Amino acid sequence: MSNETDPGLGGGHNSRAMTEADLKHAYYQMVLIRRFEERSGQLYGMGLIGGFCHLYIGQEAVVVGIQMELKQGDKIITSYRDHGQMLAAGMDPRGVMAELTGREGGYSHGKGGSMHMFSSEKHFYGGHGIVGAQVSLGIGLAFANKYRGTDEVSVTYYGEGASNQGQVYESFNLAALHKLPCLFVLENNRYGMGTSVERASASKALWRNGEPWGIPGMYVDGMDVQAVRAAAAEAVAHCRAGKGPVLLEVDTYRYRGHSMSDPAKYRQRSEVDEIRKTQDPIDRVRRELLAMGVEENELKAMDEQVKAVVTDAAAFAQTSPEPDPSELWTDILVES
Amino acid sequence: MATEILMPALSPTMKEGKVARWLRKPGDAIAAGDVIAEIETDKATMEVEAVDEGTLGQILVPEGTENVAVNTPIAVLLAQGEDASAMPAAVPTAAARPAAAQPSCVPSVAPPTAAPVAPQPEKDWGETAEITVREALRDAMAAELARDEDVFLIGEEVAQYQGAYKVSQGLLDQFGEKRVIDTPITEQGFTGMAIGAALTGLKPIVEFMTMNFAMQAIDQIINSAAKTRYMSGGQMSCPIVFRGPNGAAARVGAQHSQCYASWYGHVPGLKVVAPWSAADAKGLLRAAIRDPNPVVFLENEILYGQRFPCPVDEDFILPIGKAKVEREGRDVTIVTFSIMVGVALEAAAKLAEQGIEAEVINLRTIRPLDTQTVVDSVKKTSRLVTVEEGWPFAGIGAEVAMQVIEHAFDYLDAPPVRVAGADVPMPFAANLEKLALPNTDWIINAVRQVV
Repeated sequence: MSNETDPGLGGGHNSRAMTEADLKHAYYQMVLIRRFEERSGQLYGMGLIGGFCHLYIGQEAVVVGIQMELKQGDKIITSYRDHGQMLAAGMDPRGVMAELTGREGGYSHGKGGSMHMFSSEKHFYGGHGIVGAQVSLGIGLAFANKYRGTDEVSVTYYGEGASNQGQVYESFNLAALHKLPCLFVLENNRYGMGTSVERASASKALWRNGEPWGIPGMYVDGMDVQAVRAAAAEAVAHCRAGKGPVLLEVDTYRYRGHSMSDPAKYRQRSEVDEIRKTQDPIDRVRRELLAMGVEENELKAMDEQVKAVVTDAAAFAQTSPEPDPSELWTDILVES
Repeated sequence: MATEILMPALSPTMKEGKVARWLRKPGDAIAAGDVIAEIETDKATMEVEAVDEGTLGQILVPEGTENVAVNTPIAVLLAQGEDASAMPAAVPTAAARPAAAQPSCVPSVAPPTAAPVAPQPEKDWGETAEITVREALRDAMAAELARDEDVFLIGEEVAQYQGAYKVSQGLLDQFGEKRVIDTPITEQGFTGMAIGAALTGLKPIVEFMTMNFAMQAIDQIINSAAKTRYMSGGQMSCPIVFRGPNGAAARVGAQHSQCYASWYGHVPGLKVVAPWSAADAKGLLRAAIRDPNPVVFLENEILYGQRFPCPVDEDFILPIGKAKVEREGRDVTIVTFSIMVGVALEAAAKLAEQGIEAEVINLRTIRPLDTQTVVDSVKKTSRLVTVEEGWPFAGIGAEVAMQVIEHAFDYLDAPPVRVAGADVPMPFAANLEKLALPNTDWIINAVRQVV
């Protein structure tokens, strides 16, 4: 995955700086997302998850790398492909999976579903089902940070599909005009549903899409969690320092269809296999950890730990009761 | 422990499919994520990925088998060290899923309602002074901006220009550019931004130069502001006001002359307010700004310059959700809102000369609708005429009439009649525009039909 130009902010964001402890943390988080999503796919296949379900498999390094540079109070918002963001933000896998199955124990008591989930506690502002709509909300989160005079940052995720929506550019303009502490993370997974980025976007270097507004653009290999984290470090520091927004394009790849009901006939299986074989973000970290001298058994133990967490979440998501019928009528308005 | 691999569903509606191809054979080592088979329906082909690692044991459904029901075991996955004779462990199946609760006890259109409370008379706020609706709106914003640091005003030309219609006159000087914020012409952008800020607890007042332009941002208003509280299970709310002139102005044509009361009134999660007088404007805007929910506040450009007595009490505020009986009468109930309240009162005065006493109800709030006040009035008069400037089909009059039919059908002595704007895009020509908007004669004629 290469790009002809790699501007960066200071040019140093590809440095490999993660300690063994950080790399283990990244490994655990990425495996957690991978296994969680595989299990979600399984529950979907069993009819336990209904509606739309967009899996994050293949893109794990993006959220994990970015999250490692955030601090308490930083705000996060994303699209409907949101399970990875929620787990990375520290939301409880039980609550997330129970929301996927539409149960009382879900984050929204079953009223939001896969695409619409929130956590006030973790400053996770959703989970939005309309392509691109979270971007203008995301600059609002950054606006609030600035209004309150904090140094908190808003991370606004969207895909290369959403990057053709008009409101993204309205948001760029406003964010630049007000110097909002907003990190735009453009997750380029190459396909907006079935349409490849080449067929959808006349702009060939999406990281430069903020240039007319003077928004610094960065491009990073999203299959390399260390590179993502290093890029995020620079970008977040820029936002936190009050210098305004940054656009970070992360080159990534989704292994699965757009949603569970997408047979993904618009690309060759060999394309997926090749990327999976040569660029998988989890395999990469695994190799790096082994090269650092970490024992295979230790990784295996982490795998088992994740498996237990996911199994527990899946069991919870199936045993948590459906919401009480009275829930139909609650949470529409704040009753005053 | 052996597990069964089940026939997956490609979509929520899939009931069965074909096991098209096995890509792995018994004895193969499988890792999570490996593609092990392909299944087909009439709509699509899809790969089946393994969720757990292990060794593929027995294939239970051979490739080419059609009409395999979802959740049928199609193969066995063996854990390390097991042989093919191992029995599959019990796995949760769809059959174990609790039956969907049938909400037979839940009404389909309305929540269980409390017993109606007796309407309380409006509080007497004492001394009044004549001010314009424009001044009332500004005073309301100034009072709330002073009262709460989290309140800010944002919109096109609200600050340096002092408001496209001069509603925000003086607010920039008084509160500074942090609190009174000019935006570029970018409705989706600034509306989304304000909603995002509101989700964190700030209390934006979003001014649309006219509500017509809010259509650019209707997705943000409905999908992001109105629905987030519900979708978040009550974790997040959106304390925001969307305000601006609504309905027809004068000679501005189709794209600038439209009433949105019915559009926003349709949406659970929103409150919708439509003031008429200066007191309505001031009291209700203060309430809207303090309300912890998204409120759409529909003003009227032609009313901006009109003067009304308004209480001078610094604490003056009006409740959202309460209609006002502007004129009492025994013969017919006229239900209306916004600029048409004045037209209806003129019609009522003329009707009085003909011996017909009309009761005129100013709804003030569209959602939640004060059904009680309307129903109480109809029980007294037995006749209903609704008046609105907007289009008739699926308009506010249709809803008011339906509420009356549901709650006071036996009291009606005549079918309800609605007066509404002509069911056409607003024409530009002066004579045609006049023909498109309700006037006193239309209301008088409607009343004469039922009295």
